[in-house]
Formats: sequence, structure tokens, C-alpha cells
Amino acid sequence: MGAGHAHTLYRHGHSPVHALPPHCKLAAVFCFVLVVVSTPREAVWAFALYAVLLAAVTRVARIPAGVLLRRLLIEIPFVAFAFLMPFVVPGDQVHFLGLSLSVPGLWGAWNVLAKGTLGVAASVILASTTELRSLLLGLQRLRLPPMLVQIASFMIRYGDVITDEMRRMSVARRSRGFEARGVRHWGVLAKSAGALFIRSYERGERVHLAMVSRGYAGTMPVIDDVTASRAQWTYAAALPVSALAVCLLGWTL
Amino acid sequence: MHVPDGFIDLPVSAATGAVAAGAVAVSLRGARRELDERTAPLAGLVAAFIFAVQMLNFPVAAGTSGHLLGGALAAILVGPYTGVLCISVVLLMQGILFADGGLTALGVNITDMAVVTTVVAYALFRALVKILPRTRRSVTVSSFVAALVSVPAAALAFTFFYWIGGTTDIPIGKVLTGMVGVHVLIGIGEAAITALTVGAVIAVRPDLVYGARGLSAPLKLRVGGELVDAAPASGPGPVAARSTRKVWATGLVTALVLAGFVSFYASASPDGLEKVAADQGIDRKTEPHHTGDSPLADYGVKDVDDARISGGLAGVIGVAATVVVGSGVFWVVRRRRTETAAAGGNA
Repeated sequence: MGAGHAHTLYRHGHSPVHALPPHCKLAAVFCFVLVVVSTPREAVWAFALYAVLLAAVTRVARIPAGVLLRRLLIEIPFVAFAFLMPFVVPGDQVHFLGLSLSVPGLWGAWNVLAKGTLGVAASVILASTTELRSLLLGLQRLRLPPMLVQIASFMIRYGDVITDEMRRMSVARRSRGFEARGVRHWGVLAKSAGALFIRSYERGERVHLAMVSRGYAGTMPVIDDVTASRAQWTYAAALPVSALAVCLLGWTL
Repeated sequence: MHVPDGFIDLPVSAATGAVAAGAVAVSLRGARRELDERTAPLAGLVAAFIFAVQMLNFPVAAGTSGHLLGGALAAILVGPYTGVLCISVVLLMQGILFADGGLTALGVNITDMAVVTTVVAYALFRALVKILPRTRRSVTVSSFVAALVSVPAAALAFTFFYWIGGTTDIPIGKVLTGMVGVHVLIGIGEAAITALTVGAVIAVRPDLVYGARGLSAPLKLRVGGELVDAAPASGPGPVAARSTRKVWATGLVTALVLAGFVSFYASASPDGLEKVAADQGIDRKTEPHHTGDSPLADYGVKDVDDARISGGLAGVIGVAATVVVGSGVFWVVRRRRTETAAAGGNA
């Protein structure tokens, strides 16, 4: 029954990380990523410390390590790109296992891999511990334009509906013996996309009319206005501040 | 093409973030004109549609398949402003929820995939629809070309960001050929699917296709056996021509800021291509460019010592010169056109 109200990415729980107000978490994650990106890539140990920090947060949030690692797989395309770098970047060459690799390319690959992975891990922790609706409220509290937040909330709310519509169309196509095998079948797929657009647009009009008839005048009422206490801000700031300390050490050492 | 954290350096990320924020702000105002007060629900549903359609895989050849990027499709179906908004929201949600694309690279991603694709596609689409005969087929053909160009244009924009702010020194020529080569192929699939989708929507609900507005024949009434033009509907007509001065000023300021500020941050060291050329001794053979001793040679002002400030200054002067020349040409052309119109009227 609860399906549709909670996103599959969210893991319900009662940890201290779950309890933090969403805008504190958003700000903390953003500052953390900013600090990570501005760390010099030669300070290899600093990235290890960041990983330890994230592991600690995962522990506090009681997210199983397996879940976190599985969701890290999203960055595989860029891992592939990073593995290409040592072969295409010119510069001093080192020989390793019979392969000729370039030193600046290795540094570049390390840079993208380390920073990208830490960024993805931070976002995964955020998405696993924050409910979608409160994430959107948090964005609004962080002064994102309300119209943008409304559009995002409609997208999230109806994303599953539209995706399900698309899946039903796919089932209908397949039950009539259709199987997309090549360029010849693009026409059918495009017609489905066109039908999906018309259905989405018309649903949007119906939703709007239903909202207007219930008194919508361009803004959504905020029912539960979350405010963060000083203690909660301090708690959320623990991650980026300790990361900043590591970063400063990385620059000075 | 989702750029992760740490791929583009911080100054360029910040600059593209500012560009993205400006574009989203402009689109928020523009989208109200495109969708009136229904903006939020409709744009949200269209964003959900884009999100879903990006999951629609179409088979390309044996085993491989591609998926739609959707920038051109959104611009043609719902208009450029709403298109930029929808794709930006999709990218924002992908960044925060699915960790697809870095948070610090959000500006790069939005500028690249939401703004560049949509603006390029829509500009090209409008131009083609104006030139071609006013039929449904020409709308489909224009959307094919618009989508075809928009994808390599985004790849080109990415290469540009990488060139001024990439964290690894890959020779820019390799990045360019790799990115643009792959994305020309992707663009062909994108173009075919976009054109077919637009064609399918036009066949059923031509009124929903923003790019095909004004295509329907005017309503005629038969009054006393004669066809008479019906009174124009009181609905929203074509967007009234607004003063172009504001648009013009915004564009000029943006260009100046980009040329002056961003090139200030762009490293003063030789770029990848020049470096490769220098390493391999290609540049020994090149003869000095015949304007090599002009005061703006090599994107720097001669008597200014600091490489960065001089580069920024040269950028600003370059933009100013382009604007002056461009407006001069435009002014001459416009004058001649009004003159011929007046002459034709007299004859």
C-alpha cells in the first residue's frame, strides 16, 4: 500500500541521519562535494580519509554497505572513460605489465575516479536517508525558485505514472507479437512516444483543472514547514567541516 | 554525457553554474508565456514524459541500442523555455536522487544538455520552418535536422568546457573528434526518433505541437454562399513582438562576461593542441600568421603584461568588435530591404 508514496531509492529508518532536516543534509552534501573537488589530486591519503568519513556516515545512517556499493554502479560509463585516459594522454610513459601508460593520464584517471566516486557515494547516502517530498521541501528552503520545486514535485509524483503507462504500452506491443529488432521498427517506437506525450500533456491539463477547482492559485500551500535548530545545523556540518580540515591539510602538506 | 564531479575544474563549473541559473531564470519567465498559469503541472508532466522517454531504448544494430536525449523533442513539442525548464529539472533530479552527474557539475550539465541542445534545436527549427513551405511534412523535416544538429552541438559545447576547464590534459583534438564523432551517430538516431514522434503527435493533435502553431488554415465561414474569414479567436495569438533591446542587452552582457571573465580564468598555458604541436615540432614549420603582429595577436593585448588580464581584455575587445560588425551588416541589410519595399510600393 505504501508503494508510490515512497521512492525505491529511499530506505526507511530512524537513524540520526534520517532525522536531520532535509535542507541541512542537502547543504552538507553539496559543501562536502565542493571540498572534495577542490582537493589536490596528489594528496592520495586525503581521498582515503574522505572515504572513511563517508563510511562513518553510512554507519551512523545504518545503510548496509552492500546497498551503497550496488548503487555506486551508476558511474560505470565514466569508469570506462577513466580507464581510457592512461592510453590517450601524452606525457611521460611508464611500463606496467607490458603496457605503456602515461603518467599524467594515470593522474587524470585517478582524479576523475576518486572525486566522481566520492560525489556519487555522497548523493546515494542523501537519497537513501531522505524522503522525496522532504527533499523537495529542503530544496525550497534553500531558496530554489518555488516554481522549479513545483515542477520537480510534479515530475516526481507523476514520473511513476508515466513510466507505468509506457510499460503498459510496451506490454500491449509485445502481446501483439511486436519485437523491436532494428531501424525498421523505430516508427512504431516513435508513435508510442508520441502517444505517450499526448497522454502526459492531457493528464497535465486534467491535473491542472482539478487543482484549480480545489482553489489552486499558482502556489502550493506548505503544511509542514521544517525549521532546523542550531544543534541540527552543527550536526549536519560535521561532515563538510571535517572534510574541509582534510582538504586544508592536503593543500599545506 | 552526464559529467561527474572532478571532471571540470571549479572556476569553469562556477561560471557554467551562473549561466545555467540565468538560463533557468529566463526560462521561468518565458514558460509562463508559453503555458500561461498552467506552468507547474504541465511542465512537471512534460518533465516526467522526458524522463520516461529517456528510458525508451531503440535498437540500433545487432545488440546495441541507444536512448533519446530529448532536448530537441521538448523544444519542438512544448516550446524552448518550457523545454529548458523540463530538461533542467530532469537533470537536477538525476543529480540529487540517482547520483547521475555530479552536484558540482550541475551547471556544466544543465548548460550543456538543457540549454545548448534546446536553444540550438529550436533556433534551427524556427529558421527551417520559416524557409520551407508551410506544410506538416516540413515541420517533420525541420525537426529531423534540428535534432540531428543539436546533439553534436552539445558535444561541441562539452568539448569547449573541457578545453577551458578540463582537469586532465587530453589533446583537445582527440576529445573533439571522439565526442563529435560519437555524437553525430547518436544524433542520427535522435533525429529519426524525434522527427517520427513529432510526426505522430502532429497527426493526432497538431494543436499540441508548439513548433507547428500557425500552421493550421484560418477558419472560414460560409455566409450567404460566400466564404468569409471568421473573426480571429480571442485566444492567445502569436507572441507579440517585444522590444528586442532587452534581449540584445542581455546577450551582449553575457558575451562580455564570458569573454572577459572566463578567459581570465582559462589557464594561460598553451592548450592541448598547441602543446602537442609544440612537442612534435609541427609549429616550427608554421609560418607566422600575417596578422601576427596586430595588437590583438594570440588573444592578448600587446602592451599588457599579465597574461590572464590581457587575455580577458582581448576577449572583451573581440566581442565588442563582433557586435559592431554584426550590427553594421544587419543595419545595412535592413535599410536596403525597407528601401526596396518602399520602391516596390511606389512602382
